[in-house]
Amino acid sequence: MTSLLNVMVGGEAGQGVQSVGFIMAKTFTRGGYHVFADQDYENRVRGGHNFFRVRVNAGEVLALSKELDILVALNKETIDLHHNELKDGGVIIFDQEQTKFDAQGERFFNVPLVRLAEDAVKNKLMTNTVAIGAAIGLCDYDFDLLAAVLREEFERHGQKITEDNVSAGRVGFDFAREHGAQRLSQQIQPLPGINKRMLLNGNEALALGAMAGGCKFISGYPMTPASPILEYLADKVRHYDVVAMHVEDEIAAMNMAIGAAYTGIRAMVATSGGGFCLMVEGLALAGMTETPIVVVLGQRPGPATGMPTRTEQGELWFALHAGHGEFSRVILAPATAEEAFSTMTKAFNLAEKYQTPVIVLTDHHIATSYATVERFNLKHVKIDRGQLLSDEELSQLDDYIRHKVTESGISPRALPGQGKTLVVTDSDEHDEAGHLIEDAETRNQQNLKRLRKLDSLKFDINNPKLHKVLNAEFTLIGWGSTYGAIREAAELLKEGGIAANVLHLSEIWPFPTEAVSSALNNSAKTLTIESNATAQMAQLIRRETGHKVSGNILKFDGRPFSPEEIVDRLKKEVF
Amino acid sequence: MVTVEDYAESIPIAWCPGCGNFAIIQALRKALVDLEIEPHQILFVSGIGQAAKLPHYTHGNVFNGLHGRTLPAATGAKIANHELIVVGIDGDGGAYGEGIGHLLATMRRNINMTYMVHNNQVYGLTKGQASPTSDLGFVTKTTPLGASQPVNPLALALASDASFLARCFAGDIEHLSTLLKMGIEHRGFALIDILQPCVSFNHKNTYQWYRERVYKVEDESGYDPTDKIAAFARAQEWGDRIPIGLIYRKERPVYEEQLPALKEMTLVKQKIDPLQFEALLDEFV
Repeated sequence: MTSLLNVMVGGEAGQGVQSVGFIMAKTFTRGGYHVFADQDYENRVRGGHNFFRVRVNAGEVLALSKELDILVALNKETIDLHHNELKDGGVIIFDQEQTKFDAQGERFFNVPLVRLAEDAVKNKLMTNTVAIGAAIGLCDYDFDLLAAVLREEFERHGQKITEDNVSAGRVGFDFAREHGAQRLSQQIQPLPGINKRMLLNGNEALALGAMAGGCKFISGYPMTPASPILEYLADKVRHYDVVAMHVEDEIAAMNMAIGAAYTGIRAMVATSGGGFCLMVEGLALAGMTETPIVVVLGQRPGPATGMPTRTEQGELWFALHAGHGEFSRVILAPATAEEAFSTMTKAFNLAEKYQTPVIVLTDHHIATSYATVERFNLKHVKIDRGQLLSDEELSQLDDYIRHKVTESGISPRALPGQGKTLVVTDSDEHDEAGHLIEDAETRNQQNLKRLRKLDSLKFDINNPKLHKVLNAEFTLIGWGSTYGAIREAAELLKEGGIAANVLHLSEIWPFPTEAVSSALNNSAKTLTIESNATAQMAQLIRRETGHKVSGNILKFDGRPFSPEEIVDRLKKEVF
Repeated sequence: MVTVEDYAESIPIAWCPGCGNFAIIQALRKALVDLEIEPHQILFVSGIGQAAKLPHYTHGNVFNGLHGRTLPAATGAKIANHELIVVGIDGDGGAYGEGIGHLLATMRRNINMTYMVHNNQVYGLTKGQASPTSDLGFVTKTTPLGASQPVNPLALALASDASFLARCFAGDIEHLSTLLKMGIEHRGFALIDILQPCVSFNHKNTYQWYRERVYKVEDESGYDPTDKIAAFARAQEWGDRIPIGLIYRKERPVYEEQLPALKEMTLVKQKIDPLQFEALLDEFV
């Protein structure tokens, strides 16, 4: 596994672990490196144990590594919990005066973090900035890049706080250069050239994708890990043509978005499993009234409140079957932050083209992990509003009916208030004109019409990614956020002389049956790797293709897979 | 010119003969004609119940959604196209039971729309169970020991600072029509609680029962509908005397009028242009 540097910052909630971790990730991105970073935090505002991991590489990096080069310990607990993860030649930055931890040896680098912060800027709160200055100094990186990022991040707090943070970073950096030079085996310098890459997490990519995809309305109720999507759009309401509403509950959120979409604007909701439970009746309403709606379902461990700040892929079947009755739906599960952006723009297109709900299935891991990506190309964002009638087209129709039975199942769509046309729809079974009915023939026609959309929809679903190698002994199968870890696990296996294919689904429903069948039928052994306890993708593959996988690597402790863990478990459980 | 014919039945009506809904739809048609509103300018949003079928029995754009979820759907629609005249229609089950949380939130926000609640104090569509406004002790198949303390929609509306609050009686079409017109013309959220006898399932609160009790607040000397304390006092009255008319009115900011995105034109008219977001990408570089 290639990575130039793995750094962890650990401490308690309130010590700014996340903030300085992000600053470090950005500093390395600015220097031309690729970064993957994630945060592990508890469901509390103060105390507990939090950490932020940053993996730095010259090329693309899509997962974490378990092995650390630098452990920045803002408290003693961080050392106790993570010292075992340190590589040979790695270094722990800690403050002996504060932790009262008496450690000797090359791997322990005592930096009087608090004293340096007090001496330099008379502010203990900047201890964490001293610490990342020291980490940057240890690897002999460029301080100016750190200073620039610090200035951007603290600008909104005023000039004094900004410059004090830069000074705090500087004393940490200088201390490390003076007392810790050559301690770390791994030194890295910024790469030459101007770097335009972006650093963002999955939620931010989804939110940007929503904006670029023409979303004009989001209604929501905060729930981890999806709240930042609502917050992002809310932050833009003053300067862009978008409305973001924090409403009374998820039921309101869903029905509001449906009302907005019926009236003709692209609308979405974002929630987690518990909130989605409340939205489910609305999902069926969107199916029945053929209203385009995009739902981001950010999974976390369940059932019930589960583990709010942890990750899981336990809601694939829930997403597949949510809602009473039978109707067409789309399920997309982006694999990376980069894909999260394009998935959102596609989600809005499919919702309008097929006039049916689209679920974007993510999880806490992809939602909150940061990745370096090439700048998104907005020229590549295509907007397809499907059979939305123009004013002219509508004026040529004698008699408009909203739910006209067609061969494709898709009816021409007019909007209320568009000309003199009346747009009538109903959550009751209805006739072509949208009025409630009970007769058997009309019911059959309308139900079949709605379901028939899947026949053409399946051609808009991308085939799964298939990474094939010669003489593969295994095909590793994943979906959604596990892509990076599984890809790297395959590389680790290859280094150990074991050839493995990777099959990864980012677009799940309608199920890409033929592509999955042909990828699996010639495989010796097939294994799904899933963050759940019931192998939901394995079950779905069996149901849709008849293929019974040879086994599963399942993880449902709320933590994301690392590539090393996948390989270890393969060796223990499968070989 | 708009005529009553423009609001004629579009499909056959399935209400019981003698139902208060017939009077309500008549009053609504009259109000819309008097206001010269054309059917394509209006959006009816309703939930489930006998009242919620009303939009199908006239002409207009119709979103007939889920039980109790009329107001969120209406809010989304109004924000998407604030030029539409939005009228929500529900019964007491949808408005004061299943959807009461949405009612409080929508009154608080002050969305510019009218909400007609056909309040017959009983469930009609599901055949005679107690509703949130059934009188204390009302015995039905689901409340054999008698219904519990009823919801007081007027007091709740006042507590939420509803900007227009009226109560009407289905037995007085002229009065109902007048208040519907005032509600539609009001800038902000208008709640119109309509006392409506149910001839099939409510044998207590009959036309006769109401006629003996209702009185118009506007006929009371000195009644000031901008006086919230006075309105609260009227809201407590239920029994020998039941107030109808404009209970309360207050000018206050309308939610959607404060949204920057709606300043120039309706959201639905705004073009989608992915290229306008380059600056947002810069924030992540």
